[in-house]
Amino acid sequence: MSTTTGSAGTRRVNVAAARRRQALADGWKEFARNRAGLAGLIILLAVIALAAVIPLFAPASVLDVTQVTAGRNEPPSLANPLGTDPAGRSVLALLIWGARISLVVGFAATLVSMVIGTVMGMAAGHFTGATQAVLMRLIDFFLVVPGLVLAIVLSSIIGPGIATIVVAIGVTSWAGTARLVRSQTLTVEARPYIERAWALGASDAHVIGRHVLPAVMPLVLANTTLTVGSAIIAESTLAFLGLGDPSSVSWGGMLKSALDTGAATGGYWWYVLPPGLAIVLVVLSFTLVGRALESVINPTLRGR
Amino acid sequence: MSNALSAADLVPGEPALDEPPRASSWLRYAALKAGGAVVSLIMVVLLGFFAFRILPGDPVRSLAEGRRVSAEQMELLREQLGFNDPLLTQFLRYLTDLAQGRLGYSYTYSEPVLNLILDRLGPTLLLTGTAALISVVLGLWLGQRAAWRRGSLFDKTQTGLALVFWSVPTFWLGLILLLVFGGGLHWFPTGGLVTAGTTATGFPLLWDVARHMVLPVVTMVAVVYAQYLMVMRASLFEEMTSDYLQTARAKGLREDLVRRRHAVPNALLPTVTLIFLTLGGLVGGAVTVETVFSWPGLGLLTFQALSAPDFPLLQGTFVVFSSIVIVMNFLADLLYRFLDPRLRAA
Repeated sequence: MSTTTGSAGTRRVNVAAARRRQALADGWKEFARNRAGLAGLIILLAVIALAAVIPLFAPASVLDVTQVTAGRNEPPSLANPLGTDPAGRSVLALLIWGARISLVVGFAATLVSMVIGTVMGMAAGHFTGATQAVLMRLIDFFLVVPGLVLAIVLSSIIGPGIATIVVAIGVTSWAGTARLVRSQTLTVEARPYIERAWALGASDAHVIGRHVLPAVMPLVLANTTLTVGSAIIAESTLAFLGLGDPSSVSWGGMLKSALDTGAATGGYWWYVLPPGLAIVLVVLSFTLVGRALESVINPTLRGR
Repeated sequence: MSNALSAADLVPGEPALDEPPRASSWLRYAALKAGGAVVSLIMVVLLGFFAFRILPGDPVRSLAEGRRVSAEQMELLREQLGFNDPLLTQFLRYLTDLAQGRLGYSYTYSEPVLNLILDRLGPTLLLTGTAALISVVLGLWLGQRAAWRRGSLFDKTQTGLALVFWSVPTFWLGLILLLVFGGGLHWFPTGGLVTAGTTATGFPLLWDVARHMVLPVVTMVAVVYAQYLMVMRASLFEEMTSDYLQTARAKGLREDLVRRRHAVPNALLPTVTLIFLTLGGLVGGAVTVETVFSWPGLGLLTFQALSAPDFPLLQGTFVVFSSIVIVMNFLADLLYRFLDPRLRAA
């Protein structure tokens, strides 16, 4: 489409790719100017790296309650910097292993939510008549219905587990995205180049796939980072309510066992504080990154 | 679990979902909104039925989990609970029961679900109502102060604090407060609505309830007010560059009056809609807060139904919780129409 052939030889210059690179570089510059967003990004990368390399330092066997060497509920010491849990496992090892589940569930649930939200939002903005009316009703419904209660209902029927939590969070949290995507779709489709596409005989699929989707993607991505944060909170809440996988370690699951074993009332603060602080740190980082991305995409929001 | 923190929710010029043209009459608007609410209510009723029957997973098996139940006993249970009837028969029975106000029979309490819910409704409304009121007032007030002094130390600390509180899982904050103020310092009771076995009436009873409310209300407010602060702040930013504020200043109005009489009322309108959209989130907060503080409300009942598991009870709390939120949202839509003078005149 936008390739030119130079006179000297056949060097092809892809203008579109160059422009895209330039836009990315500009976006990054704008993002880097937001110090809070940058700090959030660094923290997130550090947490993800830590969660990725933890098996090298603390193999999965440290999570096995039959292989513990330390006593139960030991306060922090040199050997166990954050003490031990009611089964004698190192809280620090649990915390970092827990990051894996919390992050994976957070990302997976967000992916489900984003896919549903983007598809529904684009469809509700693109189509008219009965299709639109039905989709709007559906979006409205999921926007209003208490998400946690619906997630509880869904996961208690399907049975506890990681996949259940992912589905439950994904299915109950997409409406906000759909609403945002829909309004963006309406804006995009009012532009003249869409009319040109129609005039050239474009199909619905072509307009949505080639024109609307690329235009709403930046917005969706900024929204994604914000959603991962709330998905992680939702994950910990559902795990805390006993809907998580009891055999795997997650931050919410740790807090649940802290409550169940009386760690919270027994004064074992080293088992109650770290998982919560970890959630706050990670969710806050996602929120800061999301807000910074939002201001890159939408210049009117800058300085908020 | 929607994300009200996103400032993009307030993008100017975005029409609200299915907002009719401004000129349409009040009655038509109310009818449209009522129709929407009724459709949502029907969807709740349908979901309440089909979720428990169509999704993979066997309610009877979950019920028998961890207990020694023979296949014959499970079959008997299925028969008793009506799971063996054709789906259509079950559905019709569910609808007729619902129309007569029957929400089923709780396995664990051996009591009609409706009675259980009615008993618990009051405490939940008391808790969430108080928390919502405080959060809205606090969030809006701090939000407009922060926006007006944009970039100041006040703005930075308030925004930072709000973002941190928003990232805190409600139940964990509750646990910490319980640990420090209930368990450690013994300033407040750690759970329940009143002191167990109390015979107090009148003012001492109110005082007792108020003391029990402090920790749960503080927990809910801390997590909820942040969204209102951020939304109000973003919404006031939208107004701050408007020409009419310049006019107000040119008239010689004091800065304080410009803010209170001109900017804030306009910034409040879009905020009101978003506040009501977060009502569902408030209900979610009620579930965890009531669980942590053993507050005898609908949230705790939901948790108990979930841990039993007691599916008729869970179905009942889902239907009631969702209906309350839908009706509140409908009222909010009407209120919004009334609050906006441009729409009221039409």
